[in-house]
Amino acid sequence: MRLGRVTGRVVATVRAPGLEGVRMLVLQPLDEALAPVGGTVVACDAVQAGPGDLVTWVGGREAALALERTFVPVDATIVGHVESIGTS
Amino acid sequence: MLIGEVVGTVVATRKDEKLVGLKFQVVREVDERNVPTGKYVVAVDAVGAGRGDRVLYAAGSSARQTTLTDGRPADAVIMAIVDSWDVEGEAIWSEQAPVGEGGA
Repeated sequence: MRLGRVTGRVVATVRAPGLEGVRMLVLQPLDEALAPVGGTVVACDAVQAGPGDLVTWVGGREAALALERTFVPVDATIVGHVESIGTS
Repeated sequence: MLIGEVVGTVVATRKDEKLVGLKFQVVREVDERNVPTGKYVVAVDAVGAGRGDRVLYAAGSSARQTTLTDGRPADAVIMAIVDSWDVEGEAIWSEQAPVGEGGA
């Protein structure tokens, strides 16, 4: 799981079965100091994230497990809204 | 997932029998501004994309999570055709009127 910032949205009406109604967002991965790292990805949204939100996201095959239908071809899903990152 | 442009089709009649019946498209990756990144994949097409379409593709084990590719040696699958996307409120691509730097 990594940090990211939502930077946009994707509209894609034709999609693989099982992905009906799943929102797709443009996501800039961040490092632990919240600096952008690597290229953007498109992630499914499991937590109603919006543009500008700081989020956590899961990659790989596990990304599908955050969705209602889990046998779907996705490799990135937003799974959390980040309120704060403490160093306690 | 990554965004890509379908730039061609791969025909390979002699292939692993587990790949029979699958359609393979050459997908050139583009960044969030629709600019080619220099990378590409040959992906199984699960949604009937056409040349010039912007698509989303999933890679790795996720690519096998369709009835089409389940149990087959597939590591990239086109799983959506993009109508439009925006970044920071700016329209980057729209199926009707391609915009943005890389817009064809």
